[in-house]
Amino acid sequence: MSTGDSEVVGFDNVGLRYGSGKEVLSDVSFTLYPGSFYFLTGASGAGKTSLLKLLYLSQRPSRGQIRMFGTDVITLPRARLPGFRRRLGVVFQDFRLVPHLSAYDNVALPLRVAGVPEADLERPVTDMLDWVGLSHRSDARPATLSGGEQQRVAIARAVIGRPDMLLADEPTGNVDPEMAVKLLRLFEALNRLGTTVVVATHDLHLLQKVPASMIMRLDKGRLSDPTGALRYPPRPAGDRASDDGPPEDVFR
Amino acid sequence: MKKPPTLSRAIERGLAPFRGAPAQELVPQARLAGPMPWVIAIMVALTVVATAAGLALTNLADGARAELAGGATVQIIEAEPGERERQAAAAQDVLAEFPEVAALRRVPPDEVAALLEPWLGTGFSGEAVPIPALIDLRFRGEATPDKLRRLRASLAEVAPDARIDAQASWLRPIFSAIASLQWLALALVVLLSLTSAAAVFLAARSALGNNRETIEIVHLLGGTDHQIARVFQRSVGFDATLGAGAGLLLGMIAVLILGQQFAQLGSGMMAGGGLGWIDWLAVAMVPLVAVALAMVTARLTVLFALRKML
Repeated sequence: MSTGDSEVVGFDNVGLRYGSGKEVLSDVSFTLYPGSFYFLTGASGAGKTSLLKLLYLSQRPSRGQIRMFGTDVITLPRARLPGFRRRLGVVFQDFRLVPHLSAYDNVALPLRVAGVPEADLERPVTDMLDWVGLSHRSDARPATLSGGEQQRVAIARAVIGRPDMLLADEPTGNVDPEMAVKLLRLFEALNRLGTTVVVATHDLHLLQKVPASMIMRLDKGRLSDPTGALRYPPRPAGDRASDDGPPEDVFR
Repeated sequence: MKKPPTLSRAIERGLAPFRGAPAQELVPQARLAGPMPWVIAIMVALTVVATAAGLALTNLADGARAELAGGATVQIIEAEPGERERQAAAAQDVLAEFPEVAALRRVPPDEVAALLEPWLGTGFSGEAVPIPALIDLRFRGEATPDKLRRLRASLAEVAPDARIDAQASWLRPIFSAIASLQWLALALVVLLSLTSAAAVFLAARSALGNNRETIEIVHLLGGTDHQIARVFQRSVGFDATLGAGAGLLLGMIAVLILGQQFAQLGSGMMAGGGLGWIDWLAVAMVPLVAVALAMVTARLTVLFALRKML
């Protein structure tokens, strides 16, 4: 099934169960629009991570339909999924950096996987590390980085390919409040460049930091708004805040 | 704040292979510190010895068969020396006229005495112990039962005490034993290959388990099964090459030492068991096949494991 360009992701009555257990997600239906910023909230165990797994194509649903970039990804052959994954940027709750690779190589990994020649890698990777304020730590292994630094490497890795959609699972869970705000500014900056952003968090204070965001609330595996789950309608295209990003020294 | 760097739209997604040093760094290499190169070295060394032994036995059997296939021995078993000599001379005349006999030779009494020396000792007299007269002959083509039958009929009148035996018939048990050893060598090569494949399978599974987190990350970043399998395949291939090289060296040393020892036996039959250049080429193929087997096994193992992920 294919739809127009008006949506990035569409869920229709999606349910998910692991093995023969009870459903962790039930009747989930929503639409994500291009260039929008979403918070996915809910208590621990509400199903946020399971929903993100469906979004970053790590899991197939037990029922329902999922469209992504206009394509039905449920019936998509397995061999075509990598192409879709390359259009996503994912910040995992536990970072999931490759432990024996340097910060530079971790950030470069998505580009290498995508087949970018080595000669074309250095500039964007260096710029990205500079952007997250870690150019001086490019040779460091993850084990020698602080939690906040690892988080920034994970974010740099997620956004270096300029994904069409960024998915972040509790990205502020391991950092102090000041760093959490800085990370959100980073996501906003990326969002202003056209990337759809979905941030899963149970920290309701974060929601106030991004006024233009939309909120999807999960409660025991169901979206609390049965009509479409979006508490706010998507903004019309072009109705955006200034393209100015956060202060340049956001991570310094 | 600066905007995040953007990549050229010209960058194609997933069309170029993920390879080279950066790809190899994804899987930390144990190299000689790991068990796999040593397991493969032992397997290749044993396979090289088994292959060389099998080929040497084949050469030995082929050489002996070709030499003996057309050979026959005529014995004049007569106790009275004068009559024995008469029958032997008459038999030689008949054999020389027989159109299917290519060559014949009366075995000199000294040579016969030397053949019997292990049993009868030195200095025995032909009068004390009657020694048959021996005529060694070679047919054109194989010594078939039909040729032997016709020859017996021709000799019956002039040398009634003559007995003809095809040389291949009394060596049949030896050929049978050699054939069994050839099958044994072949079975060993097959078993060692299977064991090598099983060892590589276990090593690849172990490496896969140790690097599962990395694999999942690359998988979620859009890495394809073939990209990930290629990384493991090359990693295992490198280890296998190290092991196969060492195994070939060990195996060749063993083969050369064994070859020298057999050569010192001075047996005419053993001399036919040497290895020709094609045989050495076949032995040299063993490590190459082992590396290829290891790489294919690793690739299939990883692909099979990845299929379980979405």
